[in-house]
Amino acid sequence: MALLETRKYLQGSALGGVNPDLASERQTPSFSVEKLTALLDGGEENTRIRRAVVEAIESDPVFSRENQYFQSQNEKYEAAVRKAVHLQKKMHEMGWTENGPEFKYIYRALSGEIAFLLHTIFMRSISVLGSDKQIAKWIPLAMQYQLIGSYAQTELGHGTYLQGLETTAVFDITTQEFILNTPQISAMKWWPGDMGRSATHTVVFAQLYVQGKCHGVHPFIVQIRSLQDHSLCPGITAGDIGPKMSFEHIDNGYLMLQNVRVPRENMLSKFCEVQPDGTYVRRGSQQMNYLTMTAVRVALISHEAVTPLMKACTIAIRYSVVRRQSKLKPGEEEAKILDFQTQQEKLLPHLAAAYAFHFISNYLQDLFNRGYEEIQRENFSMLPELHAFSSGFKAIVTQYCASAVEVCLWACGGHGYSLLSGLPSLCTRILASCIYEGENTILFLQTARFLIKCFMAASAGHPVPPSVTYLAAVKPGKCPAKNKFDFLSPDIYTQAYRHAAVRLISSTAAKLQVLIQSGVKKHDAWNECTVQLVQAVKAHCLYITVKNFAETVERLETKGGIQKIMKHLCDLFALHGIFSNSGVFLYDGHISGAQMDMVTASYLDLLAVIRKDAVPLVDAFDFTDKTLNSALGSYDGQVYQRLYEWARKSPTNTQTNPAYEKYLKPLLHKKLSKL
Amino acid sequence: MNADLRRERAAATFQPELLTHILDGGPDRTRRRKEIGGNVINDPDFQHEDLNFLSRSQRYEQAIRKSSLMVMKLREYGIADPEEIYWFKRTCLGSFPEPFGLHFSMFQKTLETQTTDAQKEKWLPLVRGVKIIGTYAQTEMGHGTHLRGLETTATYDPATQEFILNSPTVTSIKWWPGGLGKTSNHAIVLAQLYTQGQCKGLHAFIVPIRQLGTHEPLPGITVGDIGPKFGYDEMDNGYLKMDNFRIPRENMLMKYAQVEPDGTYVKPLSDKLTYGTMVFIRSLIVGDSAHSLSRACTIAIRYSAVRHQSELKPGEPEPQILDYQTQQYKLFPLLATAYAFHFVGAYIKDTYRRISGDINEGDLSELPELHALTAGLKAFTSWTANAGIEECRMACGGHGYSRCSGIPDIYVTFTPSCTYEGENTVMMLQTARFLVKSYTQVSSGQRVTGMVSYLNDLSRQRIQPQHVAARTVMLNDPVSLVEAYKARAAWLVEAAAKNLEAELNHRRSKEDAWNKTSVDLVQASEAHCHYVIVKLFAAKLAEVSNAAVRAVLTELCLLYALCGISKNTGDFLQAGILTDAQITQVKQRVKELLAAIRPNAVALVDSFDFHDSHLGSVLGRYDGNVYENMFEWAKKSPLNKTEVHESFHKHLKPMQAKL
Repeated sequence: MALLETRKYLQGSALGGVNPDLASERQTPSFSVEKLTALLDGGEENTRIRRAVVEAIESDPVFSRENQYFQSQNEKYEAAVRKAVHLQKKMHEMGWTENGPEFKYIYRALSGEIAFLLHTIFMRSISVLGSDKQIAKWIPLAMQYQLIGSYAQTELGHGTYLQGLETTAVFDITTQEFILNTPQISAMKWWPGDMGRSATHTVVFAQLYVQGKCHGVHPFIVQIRSLQDHSLCPGITAGDIGPKMSFEHIDNGYLMLQNVRVPRENMLSKFCEVQPDGTYVRRGSQQMNYLTMTAVRVALISHEAVTPLMKACTIAIRYSVVRRQSKLKPGEEEAKILDFQTQQEKLLPHLAAAYAFHFISNYLQDLFNRGYEEIQRENFSMLPELHAFSSGFKAIVTQYCASAVEVCLWACGGHGYSLLSGLPSLCTRILASCIYEGENTILFLQTARFLIKCFMAASAGHPVPPSVTYLAAVKPGKCPAKNKFDFLSPDIYTQAYRHAAVRLISSTAAKLQVLIQSGVKKHDAWNECTVQLVQAVKAHCLYITVKNFAETVERLETKGGIQKIMKHLCDLFALHGIFSNSGVFLYDGHISGAQMDMVTASYLDLLAVIRKDAVPLVDAFDFTDKTLNSALGSYDGQVYQRLYEWARKSPTNTQTNPAYEKYLKPLLHKKLSKL
Repeated sequence: MNADLRRERAAATFQPELLTHILDGGPDRTRRRKEIGGNVINDPDFQHEDLNFLSRSQRYEQAIRKSSLMVMKLREYGIADPEEIYWFKRTCLGSFPEPFGLHFSMFQKTLETQTTDAQKEKWLPLVRGVKIIGTYAQTEMGHGTHLRGLETTATYDPATQEFILNSPTVTSIKWWPGGLGKTSNHAIVLAQLYTQGQCKGLHAFIVPIRQLGTHEPLPGITVGDIGPKFGYDEMDNGYLKMDNFRIPRENMLMKYAQVEPDGTYVKPLSDKLTYGTMVFIRSLIVGDSAHSLSRACTIAIRYSAVRHQSELKPGEPEPQILDYQTQQYKLFPLLATAYAFHFVGAYIKDTYRRISGDINEGDLSELPELHALTAGLKAFTSWTANAGIEECRMACGGHGYSRCSGIPDIYVTFTPSCTYEGENTVMMLQTARFLVKSYTQVSSGQRVTGMVSYLNDLSRQRIQPQHVAARTVMLNDPVSLVEAYKARAAWLVEAAAKNLEAELNHRRSKEDAWNKTSVDLVQASEAHCHYVIVKLFAAKLAEVSNAAVRAVLTELCLLYALCGISKNTGDFLQAGILTDAQITQVKQRVKELLAAIRPNAVALVDSFDFHDSHLGSVLGRYDGNVYENMFEWAKKSPLNKTEVHESFHKHLKPMQAKL
């Protein structure tokens, strides 16, 4: 691209018009981009509201992310606090409320770069775990930000396994107080967000002791900082846990408690209470607790995994039609890198996955809403299925999306490595999602427990939840495909996925049985099979994902070419999965070697088909340039100019270089002894 | 020392020092390495605050300080051997790059190999004495891998006997070279040479970019830092734009091609000569893959022995997380991979050393194969290590995400090696080109030699390859597994070559057919590299004399080979190399090996012999005192400098007052 042409672009907007290499990609989409955006939003009205929210946020300079890549940890934290504070004003100004339709788009518009997210968790935990009286006392204070809350569960030495927490809360009957202590270093609270610098209060999870007896882990509201001058309260040691891979704007904190006393009323007591005389009372079902976890996991699939993948795909695919490298045909100009089959194979399956997971996320949300209604009616029968679903899908979607975002980063070559591409920050952030709200391996194994249980029940002819009835109807059978076109039939590939899932679950269940029958203890047998169990759960989740994608496509309107392009993406997602895990499908001969060659052929054909619509397919995600904050992924494709302009704003270029006077000059002038 | 780690070390079945000697290449070398490392560790001048607490500018400044110090100290200690310099720097830098890195590698090396005697005489003393600091400016903003596409021009002006350098477009701005932004005052610039109105292709020029004495950019030069990156905070990767910048004719590197005073161009003899440096640099990346993955494994495995979590048996205390099968399955195959890559790295380095003598004599016959092999292995090992480092981090749960674990730094520093010195996919396709060429030779009746000689057997095997192979693979025998990998590579190379042929029959252009087959070709290359690695690992076992060490290395070798099969079962099944029943056995055997390796896991990472200061990890400390030290580390965080953060007064308090 010559400089002369560049000047031509400069006539339009700030950097000029749209790069012709990108413009040409948008000439003849096979479908209506606007219609697809509406589908993703769940209706035109939602698209309208979302755009209005994004516009309101992005036009406000306080929310600007322009300097994001040049800020220190301290500056990022301060900006996040400033934005959180300003958001309160903004919401009031705009008339947005927490129950309004706009609310869910605010986070997306801010790209999550905001403080006090744990404040919300603090409030939710009080609402769910607190008595009516406690709710009436604390929630209004929190709503008014008269206090800032956090949620302190994880300890330095303890994460996933709640029963292992070491913090203690001993009831002192004489003063009617709990005395909280951190008995040793591994018991220090570690990681809670907003706790290092901001929070004044936190919900502390501790082992409850009453009259020498341990009653297990319970939640307590503890004030940690003064409401006057923000200094630490007596007995409290707290601070920031130091730099992390990402989330620098959040002050994840540590907390040590030394004989900290809180009144008896500060133990959240919807389900358990210590009465004044020390009597411990348990009431109601704690299952609601699971519901909170489930809700959080379902919500994060969309916000923290699918959305970042969509952003990464947008950046990588737009850049791949602007970047030219090597020649495909002698004498022609260098080719767009998206025209290379290997580049298509890196990016397009992940684009398809972004859609597949978007639809599964909708499916889970529906399932959750239905479950929630049932639970409101005191019917808890859907809870195990909901819990298993949200665990397994949280794990598979975050894991898949995290590695897909990394692939997008590499696919942009050297420039992907620059923070200015926007990809490193997407990458480091999404990586955390594989661990928080349940470490993925552990979540897979939770789902495995459910599946094995259901499989046993189904084999014995007992009823099982609808999503797993397929386990009962085991049909060995071979794949009937005769040529590569047969593999474009959803029935054929869905059946292949189902077959693989059933085989992996049933063979692992059988293995477990054999071990137990041979005298191995149950827990040892379980540990012995965990590697296989994880694989079985993945197969199950992928089957459900493919099935749901295929069923979603069937329901779509045929107008505007939407159904057709979604069908292609569904085919691509499914065949890529078979192609890249061929062993799972070849094993036991459900798909033969010859059929696997057909899968490969169909899969490679699809890459070329979707290549044509790749840019419209990412345009449909409808991210603004400010949301993407990427020199490589902007709508106008003015990649190189933007990269150059942004680099020049780096403090390394705008400030003097202290290293020269101090070290380089003496070195060059051989005054090394002064170093 | 943490009691868990002490117990682990006592239970090992072999002496870690013996394995360290093997990795170092002999006890003498281990001793010398430790001696050199000790110089750095005990030198107070090299002490500094944890870089994770510093801003990017401060990190750069620290790196410059260290770089300058190293120049001085290396002289003081009289360390001159390249390998010893590498040990010294490695201990000093940890996982971080140094801004002078390219001065000593590419700048100096290029001047040593591509200049005339007169040029050597002029420049080398300046370079070796660090009177000038240089870098190597090749990549441009719009052009990386495809060298011929570079746009920078150097036009010869016979009137003044100068070259006029220009960056004609935005895309032609030099972008990425390390040390270019702020540190260097000279650069070797690659540019399209124009003389007598003709373009003669890419050539290298020495270009001064900053004024000696003031360090200000010279007129006609625009130079700066390209801004923050994923990692490499200490490195001032830079940009360089030249506007009618003139340099004397003598600044073109003229050992091979030349421009005479009147502008006559004299062609170089062979263009293969530049392969040598590329092979060398890529072989370093293979070694670095092993090194970086070893460090991540050390951290994750030690931490997994210290960390206790959940319940394996009801009523018992929380077990070490290393006792969970899923944790072993995450980490031990990576440990085996680190060892495998280490032996591969050593092999390439030795081979390069052996044949570089021949290259200087003008015998280039072995170069194409080595070049093809290192391209693929560079890609294979860096991809695998990159993903492996991430897995190690994930295996450390939440604490792995903290910068104190050290793994984020290892990762962000290592990950660009998938892109630099040849983008990995492009590298795989270079290897594929060699494989297809070898296959074509075999098809036309010629024999091929070296690592691809298995292709000679294809015609013989064609009778009934499946059944022959399936019966003979023995899962406990590394040599037999090498055969299985060989059969897989042959099968995939043949499949890719045939698909390419079919595409050629359908389409007009060669390039199109190649592009339409490239996914297959990459798979073939991967399978070839995988075979080479298994083969080299298996061959190494025979060299190990100590029985206990050999036993544990054999387990690792089997684990590496069998895990590779279990992750690529499709190939082995579809090619008929293994049956369903054998695949089931492979998976079972993998689990048995995990249990067998478990007692030696800590000793196996101890054998890598990383000093704590080099490891740079609170989780991976040799003494295992993880939690106390995490707390100590966190207290130093910049957010903790004051007890009440200023944002309380600026934002929180006013908000609470208003609401």
